[in-house]
Amino acid sequence: MTDTTRSRSSVTMTVNGTEQQLDIDNRVTLLDALREHLKLTGTKKGCDHGQCGACTVMVNGRRVNSCLSLAVMHQGDEVTTVEGLGSPEDLHPMQAAFIEHDGYQCGYCTPGQICSAKSVLEEIRAGIPSHVTRDLANVVMNDDELRERMSGNICRCGAYANILAAMKQVAEETA
Amino acid sequence: MKFDHPATDGPADRQNVLGKPHKRIEGPLKVTGRAPYAYERHDVAPNQLVGYPLGAGIAKGRIVAMDLEAAKAAPGVVDILSTLDMETLPVAATNVAPLFGGDEVRHYHQAIALVIAETFEQARAAAQMIRVEYAETVGRFDMATADTEDADIPNIGDFDTAFAEAEVTSDHTYTTPAQSHAMMEPHASIAQWQGEKLVVWTSNQMINWAKKALVTTLSLDPENVRVDSPYIGGGFGSKLFLRSDAVMAALAAKKVGQAVKVSLPRPFIFNNTTHRSATVQRIRIGMAKDGRIKAISHENLSGTLPGGAGEDATNQTRYFYAGDHRKFLNRIATMDLPESNAMRAPGEASGLMALEIAMDEAAEAAGIDPVRFRIINDTQVDPENPERRFSQRHFIECLERGAAEFGWAPTAPAMRREGRWLVGQGVAGGYRGSPVMPSGARVRLQPDGRLIVETDMTDIGTGSYTVLGQTAAEMLGLSLDKIEVLLGDSAFPVSAGSGGQWGATSSTGGVYAACMALREQISKQIGADADTVDFRDGLVTAGNRTMTLSEIAAGKEIIAEDKMEFGEFRKEAYEVATFASHFVEVAVDAYTGEVRLRRMLAVCDAGRILNPITARSQVIGAMTMGVGAALMEHMELDATRGFFANHDLAGYEVPVHADIPDQEVIFLDTADAASSPLKAKGVGELGLCGVAAAIANAVYNATGVRVRDYPVTLDKVIDRLPMPDAG
Repeated sequence: MTDTTRSRSSVTMTVNGTEQQLDIDNRVTLLDALREHLKLTGTKKGCDHGQCGACTVMVNGRRVNSCLSLAVMHQGDEVTTVEGLGSPEDLHPMQAAFIEHDGYQCGYCTPGQICSAKSVLEEIRAGIPSHVTRDLANVVMNDDELRERMSGNICRCGAYANILAAMKQVAEETA
Repeated sequence: MKFDHPATDGPADRQNVLGKPHKRIEGPLKVTGRAPYAYERHDVAPNQLVGYPLGAGIAKGRIVAMDLEAAKAAPGVVDILSTLDMETLPVAATNVAPLFGGDEVRHYHQAIALVIAETFEQARAAAQMIRVEYAETVGRFDMATADTEDADIPNIGDFDTAFAEAEVTSDHTYTTPAQSHAMMEPHASIAQWQGEKLVVWTSNQMINWAKKALVTTLSLDPENVRVDSPYIGGGFGSKLFLRSDAVMAALAAKKVGQAVKVSLPRPFIFNNTTHRSATVQRIRIGMAKDGRIKAISHENLSGTLPGGAGEDATNQTRYFYAGDHRKFLNRIATMDLPESNAMRAPGEASGLMALEIAMDEAAEAAGIDPVRFRIINDTQVDPENPERRFSQRHFIECLERGAAEFGWAPTAPAMRREGRWLVGQGVAGGYRGSPVMPSGARVRLQPDGRLIVETDMTDIGTGSYTVLGQTAAEMLGLSLDKIEVLLGDSAFPVSAGSGGQWGATSSTGGVYAACMALREQISKQIGADADTVDFRDGLVTAGNRTMTLSEIAAGKEIIAEDKMEFGEFRKEAYEVATFASHFVEVAVDAYTGEVRLRRMLAVCDAGRILNPITARSQVIGAMTMGVGAALMEHMELDATRGFFANHDLAGYEVPVHADIPDQEVIFLDTADAASSPLKAKGVGELGLCGVAAAIANAVYNATGVRVRDYPVTLDKVIDRLPMPDAG
């Protein structure tokens, strides 16, 4: 094998329900595979260092910072991005709730917030505890849990209170 | 159109669409990831190459040599743009530090090279292979010892005597640290040339400033430059000016004859772009026994690169409170740190961090409740020139309403204990001017009855798309869904842009002017007098004739363009400003000193509210930024090497969800006819003004520990906390 072949790999993953085969540089993050190679630019690059959460997507149903994960690590994985959750004509309930409660301003952190928000509700329902969980055997949906679990997604515009309202609405609607 | 006297009642006062809580019209695009930001414009130019920047590793000196060979030979590299390829580029009027070119290094992480490659990964790897040889010189990194110049501010009366004779005095020095805008979208640009014509798709708050700065920096003909920025992932002042991403992308695209895109890496932003300067502020307040201020003085020190203005923290103190004897000093230190420049509410944000603690301390010295103390020192006129009144000033109402709604009932310091928590309340006033800028717009009535609004105004999350749409809808009697708003393109009429909380006030004035012109044109077309024509529910009524707008535009779209210019009367006769009160409750861990916010309230006097949803979001967002300023934000200066060391979002902490409690906002909704045709004022910066001091005051009330050195971190209170058992 030459250096050239070692530096690239072929990887197949399912993105928003569509199988994608990529022949890519091993250094490409999942984030850049989505944004640059698949042109799915809804997932945002805010820091490229796992510090802001703007790149949050779901991999096999769990949220990840896609900037901290290389694309080649995702052979066979199911990836869902904000584009896969809904479209302007057919919004996901969390997307609709963000509009309803003005859970955003500039919109740049928003796709990551929405992916996290959806996952957080699922994590609480799955009984996965967090730093603020008082009773590990009984994980409850409350403001403290939502705020704590959303703290990996920075919103510099400061829409946190509205994001919380949006999440609570969806949590109630789907309770 | 000229706004040369206070607004009278007109079509914008109908408030059928304006003033209503309309959701953001671009919302569906943002929540589904379809709104295109600068670096994402794959569609605009084919074969985009990627540029990755290299920043200077020293703060001051010269580049002796740059070895590009290894980088040039690296896989995928097409070319390298080097600062040594050219002389220092001309500096535009809106910039302080040169953005590229030449061998002189003026600040750390000054852009010195850009690797242009097929892919991001290739460009990034090759950038690390560039070897730079520097001749470092000694820089000025300590504000306390740097040479200073004093800005000219009028002094009134005889402060020194009045202060010396005052029955009660307060005299303290406060410090605020350097802060970073830390907007979520990094500065990014795609540039493409077609012959002499340059197009830059970028992320910029002020399209016309960016265009003019490109013209100056790259010595271009204005006719040949287009800037496009329809979506901006936050700015807060960081994107007011042309930055190195756009300049390097343009230079690189020229060099390789192909489109090039550049995003500034996050760790590059803190030292390459701008920040809010640190300040040192001394505030003296002399009072009569009854708490009336007789003498007030605010001295400020901040830093800047040569040619900059620093952070004038004294500004609000000239207007906010009464007092016959007034003395100001704004001292600007010349330094070799990265460029300090405007960040949200430049001047006031830092100034009120200090002034509103000083007011708390003065109230305590006078033995008066801090809400009452502010009320008795209110002024309805410009204290420097009592002939000039505030166009409107409902600051007392902000305080009284806020105190009532919040349940203002602070105990004596360190007297309220709930388990391990020391609980306290704090209050502060907020003040911010409400300036305006000329603003133009074009409106195009379509044959199907829709209306298209075009202006180079930007929406940085502020709600411009929506409030401009509401303005046009109101003016033409249309529903909001019939309006399409197109922003951020320099091909559109020049607007006020987004800065200084002038955006909404000014740009809605521009759309108002264009719509008045359109109403005129339509009236002429149907042979009626514009003053008698009624535009309502998509119908145009003139006398006993009624037509739909689509009938009128049936053959051909009708286009009207105008701009709003604001007359001098606004400044000469009035001080037009916005006011707020901020109330907060904090709990401080009696064992660790950790500060947790419990609730926050802002009461805002900011003219007529154009859209209560987006205005409220502006204010809660600003309150959140105020939490950052109070409790965590601090660019750590390495004063030996001259750079900010915590240059990423892990080291520079901003508030996250878990930091933010319940937030409430009340708008007094005070239509101010002297401000604009829509009787509106700014609100986006007001929301930040005073917040941090309210928190610092609440921490004092909770703990009895006065911190005058922001941010209020636990290490500054822990050794002075009351004994845990004492409560």
